[in-house]
Amino acid sequence: MILELKDIYKEYQQGKLVVPVLKCVNFSMKEGEYVAIMGPSGSGKTTLMNIIGCLDKATSGEFYMDGQDVNKCSENEMSDLRLHKLGFVFQSFHLLPKQTALENVEMPLNYAGVPKKARKERAFRALERVGLAERVNFRPNQLSGGQMQRVAIARAMVNDPKILLADEPTGALDSKSSSQVMDLFQSLNDDGVTILMITHDAEIAEYAGRTVLIRDGELMEKGGDSHGQGA
Amino acid sequence: MLENIRLAFQGIWTHKMRSFLTMLGIIIGIASIISIVSTIKGTSEQIKEQLIGAGNNAVKVLLYDGSSEYDASWGMGSNATLPQITEEQKEEIRKLENVENATFFYSRGYSDGVYYMERSMQGGKVYGIDENYLDTCGYVIEAGRGFVERDYQDYRKVVLLDEEAASSLFQDEIPLGKTIEIKGEPFMVVGIFTQAETFQPIINNYMDYYSYYGDVGTGTLLVPNVDWPIIYKYDESENAVVRAATTEAMTTVGDKAAKILNKALADENGQIKYKSNDNLETAKQQQKLSESTNGQLLWIASISLLVGGIGVMNIMLVSVTERTSEIGLKKAIGARKNRILFQFLTEAAVLTSLGGLVGVVSGIVLANVISRMAGIPIAISVPAILGSVGFSMIIGIVFGLLPSFKAANLNPIEALRRD
Repeated sequence: MILELKDIYKEYQQGKLVVPVLKCVNFSMKEGEYVAIMGPSGSGKTTLMNIIGCLDKATSGEFYMDGQDVNKCSENEMSDLRLHKLGFVFQSFHLLPKQTALENVEMPLNYAGVPKKARKERAFRALERVGLAERVNFRPNQLSGGQMQRVAIARAMVNDPKILLADEPTGALDSKSSSQVMDLFQSLNDDGVTILMITHDAEIAEYAGRTVLIRDGELMEKGGDSHGQGA
Repeated sequence: MLENIRLAFQGIWTHKMRSFLTMLGIIIGIASIISIVSTIKGTSEQIKEQLIGAGNNAVKVLLYDGSSEYDASWGMGSNATLPQITEEQKEEIRKLENVENATFFYSRGYSDGVYYMERSMQGGKVYGIDENYLDTCGYVIEAGRGFVERDYQDYRKVVLLDEEAASSLFQDEIPLGKTIEIKGEPFMVVGIFTQAETFQPIINNYMDYYSYYGDVGTGTLLVPNVDWPIIYKYDESENAVVRAATTEAMTTVGDKAAKILNKALADENGQIKYKSNDNLETAKQQQKLSESTNGQLLWIASISLLVGGIGVMNIMLVSVTERTSEIGLKKAIGARKNRILFQFLTEAAVLTSLGGLVGVVSGIVLANVISRMAGIPIAISVPAILGSVGFSMIIGIVFGLLPSFKAANLNPIEALRRD
């Protein structure tokens, strides 16, 4: 298992009120799987994504990523997990506006301490992989939404992560760009990249090999009413 | 690190106006410090040159009675109790380390009885000198000749005048070859002496300073020392002038010479003894005084640096808030906390160092303007320049700490949510 969540419970303090957001979530993914998590807003899907993305820690429960116990990780170890094992794609792309596509893609390699020359080369190849070889020196404001998201995907993939985490990757895109991004995901998955995608769009979820529903902090495999036990 | 510096320059360049305004406090602070330090250094070098006499390095070692110069004309003490400088002592002084030359002379500070025809010279100085005097003290013969060996061998009654003595005794007449009277003895004027042009006047104390620069002209007469007993007394005490090889060696050389001369004293703890006129010390005291006055100005300038630093902190805090989403993203894709911390610290340090550099340049310009307008000499101090740039970098780091920690501790979830 590349991902394994057991009895994950997460609560937030809201004033004096304690609000449980995730209640006993059990979820796992095999290497190379393509899973979509669907749920309405407020269902806890973003919280779950933050925990899986090593940006937040669960209140209780166990979480293993590639065999590593994330709950026992220090802040720096969590940073390193994000750097080496995870790639993030966000709804609003989050590209740095002052930097070119190439520089944006280079950024994780910089944190990983890759030497400059290799950095340029790998960033270029990643952009080539998403079909933007001619756009390497463009800044985000010179690119279309779909192109920006593809730059973001190149950035997420440049450090060869185990898992690609996508939070509403098509949320800000028109349908043509959306299907381009989905085709790209499919081809990455075909190359063996594990993909976990959050969406509220059933059509987009169709692309995934498996869909999990989240409602009121609880997971369900699509079509069943049992707690998601993983595949 | 290089990457951070590149990012910092990029950030500064994107917000040119804001960066410049932020740096302004630092620029003003550093510019004032540089111009003040340059003025201090210039003034103190001027004092040193004026008091010591640039290039001459002559130290007078004079016989003192208590705190004032001993003057034989007032006949204090009997000659028996006064020290006589022997040939051995003279030789010992000439052989001291760092001594280039030494001369020994008899003197009268206020001498009357100097006449040419009906004219008299009141209160002039008369010195009985050896062959080294002119050279050691930095005088040259302007007209006529100096003393030669035969003058000494034959006890010739010859005299050298300075321009003041010449003009007060001879007015428009040509003095060379004329005979004047000193204490009733006839002396023939053989030459006119003057300061060597390359030398500053020898200034031993403020009296000398004022007498040289003031209008109290008295005039000086030089006669061969062998003639001294003819006009004054036998066995008078001599004074000495020692020329040191370097300005720095002046104090030591003077003190050593005084020590050697004092060996001949009958009573070593007596009132009358040789003291070297320590110009270097006087100069140092003067410099200290001017430095402490200006040191207070430096404090005021430092306050502007402090204000500048607070300005930098303020802008950095704004910048962190503005760039919340950038920071959040960087943390999300795997930048460690320290990475973010150093990125912002570097930015603050680069910003203030740049301000420091601009400040140094404006400070040098300002110092030159002050120098032109107020006539104060300046000397640009390299350590002050390096120190200023270094110090402004430190200001950036110190005042950048709070904003940088704020950035490093941002929660990436919160940071990314803000869109």
